[in-house]
Amino acid sequence: MNQSSPTTATPTDAEAPAIRPGRYTLSHLAQLEAESIHIIREVVAECENPVMLYSVGKDSGVLLHLARKAFAPAKIPFPLMHVDTTFKFPEMYEFRDRLAAEIGAELIVHRNEKALDEIGRDPECWTCSVCADQLKTQALIQALTQHQFDAAICGARRDEERSRAKERIFSFRNNRMQWDPRNQRPELWNVYNTRLHKGESLRVFPLSNWTELDIWHYIYAESIPVVSLYLARPRPVVYRDGMMLMVSNIIQPREGERVEEVMCRYRTLGCQLCTGAAPSEADTLEKVILETIQATKSERQNRAVDQDRDGSMEDKKREGYF
Amino acid sequence: MKATSNTTTTATDAATAELQDFLARQERKDLLRFVTAGSVDDGKSTLIGRLLFESQGIFEDQLAAIRKASGRRGSAHADLDLSLVTDGLKAEREQGITIDVAYRYFTTPRRKFIIADTPGHEQYTRNMATGASMANLMVILIDAANGVTTQSRRHAFIGALLGIPHIVVVVNKMDLVDYDPDVFARIREEFADFAAKLEIRDLTFIPVSSLYGDNVVRHSQKMPWYGGTTLLNHLETVHIASDRNLIDLRLPVQYVTRLDDKTRGLLGTIASGVIRPGDEVTILPGGHTGRVQRVLGPGGEELAQGYPPQAVTVVLEQDVDVSRGNLLVRSNNVPPVESRFDAMVVWMSEGLLETGRPYYIKHATQIVPGEVSAVRYRIDVNTLHRQAVPTLGLNEIGRCAIHLHRPIALDPYTRNRQTGSFILIDRVTHNTVGAGILLDRKPSEAAPSPERWTSQPKSEHVHRHTSRITPEQRTERLGHNPGTLWLTGLCGSGKSTLAYALEERLFQAGHACAVLDGENLRLGLNKDLDFSGEGRSENIRRAAQVAQTLNEAGLIAICAFIAPHRLDREHARDIVGPDRFFEVHTDAPIDLCRQRDPHGLYELAESGEVQFFPGVTAPYERPEAPALHLDTEGATVEQCVDRLVELLRQKGILPA
Ligand SMILES: Nc1nc2c(ncn2[C@@H]2O[C@H](COP(=O)(O)OP(=O)(O)O)[C@@H](O)[C@H]2O)c(=O)[nH]1
Repeated sequence: MNQSSPTTATPTDAEAPAIRPGRYTLSHLAQLEAESIHIIREVVAECENPVMLYSVGKDSGVLLHLARKAFAPAKIPFPLMHVDTTFKFPEMYEFRDRLAAEIGAELIVHRNEKALDEIGRDPECWTCSVCADQLKTQALIQALTQHQFDAAICGARRDEERSRAKERIFSFRNNRMQWDPRNQRPELWNVYNTRLHKGESLRVFPLSNWTELDIWHYIYAESIPVVSLYLARPRPVVYRDGMMLMVSNIIQPREGERVEEVMCRYRTLGCQLCTGAAPSEADTLEKVILETIQATKSERQNRAVDQDRDGSMEDKKREGYF
Repeated sequence: MKATSNTTTTATDAATAELQDFLARQERKDLLRFVTAGSVDDGKSTLIGRLLFESQGIFEDQLAAIRKASGRRGSAHADLDLSLVTDGLKAEREQGITIDVAYRYFTTPRRKFIIADTPGHEQYTRNMATGASMANLMVILIDAANGVTTQSRRHAFIGALLGIPHIVVVVNKMDLVDYDPDVFARIREEFADFAAKLEIRDLTFIPVSSLYGDNVVRHSQKMPWYGGTTLLNHLETVHIASDRNLIDLRLPVQYVTRLDDKTRGLLGTIASGVIRPGDEVTILPGGHTGRVQRVLGPGGEELAQGYPPQAVTVVLEQDVDVSRGNLLVRSNNVPPVESRFDAMVVWMSEGLLETGRPYYIKHATQIVPGEVSAVRYRIDVNTLHRQAVPTLGLNEIGRCAIHLHRPIALDPYTRNRQTGSFILIDRVTHNTVGAGILLDRKPSEAAPSPERWTSQPKSEHVHRHTSRITPEQRTERLGHNPGTLWLTGLCGSGKSTLAYALEERLFQAGHACAVLDGENLRLGLNKDLDFSGEGRSENIRRAAQVAQTLNEAGLIAICAFIAPHRLDREHARDIVGPDRFFEVHTDAPIDLCRQRDPHGLYELAESGEVQFFPGVTAPYERPEAPALHLDTEGATVEQCVDRLVELLRQKGILPA
């Protein structure tokens, strides 16, 4: 930088005279919660056959929690759907099934069986990009078509990835389920246009305005359960493709790879083969949040899928990836 | 939501203590949503990049990517091109432009921020309106070297229209003008002059250099003459709590659910006001009343009160019929419920607005079919002049008359952004084609007022008397039949000139006639009337009554009135009697009318000094099937009079 030093001159947290939300004022987190609940209720009121995509990750956890709050004490008036690549972590499957049973939600698990048959059930048959295309994007399209869902509620956030900064909260998909960034409906106030023709559908993102820190803060404040993989534990790992992969039923050390035990955790959860762990000492929720506050690396860095090519996420979205 | 500090009271470990301390501070933060507007190259991206960078809203790997890209683009000024931070979609990256609203997030120790970053060019109005709709504050960028531009004015207008309470004008690139206080002062003065015509509650000016960071986050050493605060400090401290409306309870019902066999829960987000158990409420549009028994927060906890923007569940004491789309209001504070009203409409579709085409209107949580019945005028967003137009195109803003198939509760936008706004949805394409803003003033101002025509005499003890002279006797004496020639047309189309020329011709031929001229009547009989829709309806009603009396007396009435509303002319025909009433359209292009205009009325109308001026700021509805269409541009007065006389002969008023 030329004349300015990059150090910030704002007061630190401790000295800042925070503007306390006064009477009849909601904290930012409560405002985000209210906005998300409004969105979820709007989907249920206007769409014929909505579904909530549940990926077992922390954002999904928050989304599900919000959905429950939106209709409490009644049950969630839509099913959950997990689009499963079959290559997720065992902890995730356990967590998913236990939670669904606990809250009595209808859970649909969809896999692209045809592709799995054709290409193989062994994860080694799959590259990340084919997996993302066939077992996520195509699988999702299959599932939505098969069940004729007209709206899929998803937990994506705008701050996750650059191409998402322009995503609408109610994102319109044409009858081939494609996203056209140039042909999205203007979205004003909190009035959402959910009108569809046959075959068209909506992806709805109630967490659009949440940041990663908001998610953790809310998980903590509301005691929302998360998969233990988010917490640091000593885990056996190998280093592969620039990532730290946990040894498991799927990941076995290859020729020349050395298994090490490392204190590590996951910042995002995905398929075992394309989700790397990061070294961390954060073995409690509190420490995870503190670590997040300090974080200087954006969370998707450890997901190979985004790094393929510049602008790759956008290409996927055009094709129907959520 | 639970308070964080209560979740783990037995916390012993240091991490927990530290975290709780941190989260407690987080919880005290509120949320400011702001929208940024600037023309291309004013430095908007650089400014946002600087805000994010200096408040650490950029992740390290993003920074690395930006460093890489900065080199590629060959940015002139700095080794780190901060404008790349806000760079979004691929197509835009390739073209080096931004075309859609992008949302960014950052936080400081005092507040959380959501930025709606709107591009300054292509699609500007639509995008700005979108970004502005949720904003508490707007940042308008002005390039110090260029000064106030047409675009800056446009941005201020849209900000004011969308009801943004706080506007900050950031005069950027002060480094290019040597940090000259006079440049800043000139821009401030010019902008403030323009802004005075708009409704802006709070207007602030800050001189900055986004490139070097002066007055963005840190005070500038280069501008000691500037005594104000930095942009970030302003964003952190501007008072927004009192922007909310806590007075008028408005709760649009989103969804109705059964809490148990007997109880129904009304789910909705509070748009304004405060709701408490025991409140007497009215459900609109039906008007049923009830009493609030319980207010439940998200998750079902009992609340002593709910306030905006909480998402709540309300249980009423009685089982009142309520459904989605209804509006819950306090019974002593009920807004009007109407199906015809005026609104400012921002048109957002490539296709033109079509009056009479069926649209859906989504207002709060309800969808109502309806149509735009007229475009009253378009606002030139650069000059604020009003222009008469038949329709609105993409990115145009105008005042429209809306006609819904069902009435809705109407709040002015300035009091309530949620219940004072709506979107227009095309019923064929299902696209969102327009955004509407309900106006403060009485909705029917410029529209004709049918009540004036249909109302009954105030007392029933008035009776009609009849003349002892028959129409035949009069015709025999006067040598013609009675009739009314009704000349209608824009101001300056030649009505009065022709009326008096015709009068002279008839007089010389020995006929008995009288002229009723709009302006003359307004000097006497109608001097109590204004030019609102209602004033015009009454003006025409009285003129028609007089014409009818003249006809009764056997005279030919020559009426010269703009009479812009078809409806009013129809009513006049009914009063005079269809077989005696002949509508003549004196027609000339509006530019010619403007040239002929001796009193400068067109100019006064454009500047807003004369209101509801047909053809300029109010519609002129052309006659659909006049008895005679007179093109006064290509004909002399004599020729026109000949044709009027010919018409009277044809219709049997004058002998053949
Ligand atoms: N000298 C100077 N140049 C600036 C300043 N802010 C932005 N620029 C330059 O103006 C150009 C346009 O900036 P950019 O942020 O991309 O503008 P945008 O189109 O409004 O987003 C770039 O070359 C910037 O480096 C400033 O404060 N001073």
